[in-house]
Amino acid sequence: MAAIAQEPAQESAHEAAAIEMIGVNKWYGQFHVLRDINLVVGQGERIVICGPSGSGKSTLIRCVNRLEEHQSGRIIVRGVELTNDLRKIDEIRRDVGMVFQNFNLFPHLSILENCTLAPIWVRKMPRREAEDLAMHYLARVKIPEQAHKYPGQLSGGQQQRVAIARALCMNPRIMLFDEPTSALDPEMVKEVLDTMVALARDGMTMLCVTHEMNFAKQVADRVIFMDRGEIVEANAPEPFFANPQHERTKLFLSQILG
Amino acid sequence: MAERTTPSFLRTEPSPVLPPPVFAGGAVKWVRENMLAGPGSALFTLVGLAFIVWATPGLVRHLILDAVWTSPDGVACRAPGAGACWSFIARKLEFFLYASYPRDMVWRVNLCLAMGAVLAVWLLWPGAARKGLGAALFFIVYPVAALVLLHGSEALGLPKAPTDLWGGIFLSMIVATVGIVFSLPGGVLLALGRRSRLPVVRFFATLFIEFVRGVPFITVLFMANTMLPLFVPASWSPDRLVRPLVGVSLFASAYMAEVVRAGLQAIPRGQTEGAMALGLSYWKMMRLIILPQALTVVIPGIVGIFIGLFKDTTLVAVVGIPDFLRTVETARLDPAWAGPTISTTGYLFAGAFYWVFCFGMSRYSLMMERRLAAGRKR
Repeated sequence: MAAIAQEPAQESAHEAAAIEMIGVNKWYGQFHVLRDINLVVGQGERIVICGPSGSGKSTLIRCVNRLEEHQSGRIIVRGVELTNDLRKIDEIRRDVGMVFQNFNLFPHLSILENCTLAPIWVRKMPRREAEDLAMHYLARVKIPEQAHKYPGQLSGGQQQRVAIARALCMNPRIMLFDEPTSALDPEMVKEVLDTMVALARDGMTMLCVTHEMNFAKQVADRVIFMDRGEIVEANAPEPFFANPQHERTKLFLSQILG
Repeated sequence: MAERTTPSFLRTEPSPVLPPPVFAGGAVKWVRENMLAGPGSALFTLVGLAFIVWATPGLVRHLILDAVWTSPDGVACRAPGAGACWSFIARKLEFFLYASYPRDMVWRVNLCLAMGAVLAVWLLWPGAARKGLGAALFFIVYPVAALVLLHGSEALGLPKAPTDLWGGIFLSMIVATVGIVFSLPGGVLLALGRRSRLPVVRFFATLFIEFVRGVPFITVLFMANTMLPLFVPASWSPDRLVRPLVGVSLFASAYMAEVVRAGLQAIPRGQTEGAMALGLSYWKMMRLIILPQALTVVIPGIVGIFIGLFKDTTLVAVVGIPDFLRTVETARLDPAWAGPTISTTGYLFAGAFYWVFCFGMSRYSLMMERRLAAGRKR
């Protein structure tokens, strides 16, 4: 089976690619967690990655902003290859926003300070301008009235929307979502997904690890199924769900869709 | 069979909102709950009361009623039945404060102590304005000003007062302040070093911490006293007061490092990842995200080290620095004041001095913990 998942929607992969992963491998000790990953993500493309736990999907997207190091192969983000060069890593991290399963908001800072921190200290934006920007994005995720509270005073869904706003304040070109709704109470999942759908409609390049299959059907350009560290199947959502090809994909879908 | 269409229960009107039951019960209830909760508790209360009744009259007599309040020399204190000799403290207070510092220059010491007190209150007062300016004055301007004032400068018309004349309470304050001011940043750097990804940094930080923690404080002082001059050219040989200051700072830094490391380990890994994903560099991440949280967690440990450090300043006497306790020791051996109650009075005064400062630090840290907790409402 061809390892290259699929050509992106754009005509020239190399010109327009937001992320290119070529033959990426990674091990945790003896455990081969990413096996020969080849993936090209086009500019503005929205990709949903699913798969059983331990399949390496979180590790895959964490390699994109170097929260995890890959050990062989190449990862090129917006034309910059990830190496040990710290300046290049910081350059990529500035342009790649990330939303975590556990929000990872800074509990000692107010919501507004959470959002203005990186623009002020990384982008060297004047405080006033950063605050205006933060309020703009907090309004977009529909919680401007919480700006002066602390993360511990907000519900899980609100915290996750703050985390999205915080990432957007850096004006990222690519957004990574690492199971953004898995730690939420059921009644809060929708408010976060709605925010993500709105973001997708605005043309953001998105890589989402999630089990929310309705979200995948709604916004994904491609759905990727991973198992045991490798990409097993990648397809547009309609054929992916209607007509999965691989046995493991069929088994997985039958388990999560009931 | 009839199909059941109504649920087994359906609320038609809201249940009433009731006030909580009354818990407060006044003083009688407090006494019953805290002092007479059971036979053991009651017995303990009785024994405690008996001790207070037994001890109080003697203490009051010794410390107040029979105490000698005004006396130009030790004669009155030697009278049979005389209590605490407070006039000894009053007459020797100058010596306790300044030791051998030239008496016509003590205004310089007083000015230093006053400036230090004003700046310390400015920095420690919660919500005081312009703390940045206060910090700049305290950490940059004040040390230079204090050094010039205390040591003297011919250029400014201030006669020299060499450090071998320094001593007493003001010297103890210098040692404690220097130790406190250097141990926190030193401890933070050592803790970060011990958790560094760079093996060489990690090795040396660990080596230093374990070495300093593995030897007694007095040994560190002796080493600072005798070995520090060996590391620098003879003409640079550090002042005899600088050596124990370095020793105190290094010693406290090593202990501080372990406390700070505990705080760093208490911060979830997600905080680091959240900060890194935003593109913050290592030092910005530490300064803005990790350390503010880690240090807050370990405030009790940090203040514990400060308190220990404050009391350990008395040990600098072993390398010939006449700190406050050493001046008490010298004063109580003055033949003019020889008497049965002189030593106890002197030590009581010394104990009270250290206790007031240590208790003050302890209460201040409790207040800060509460304020931080309230501000965050976790």
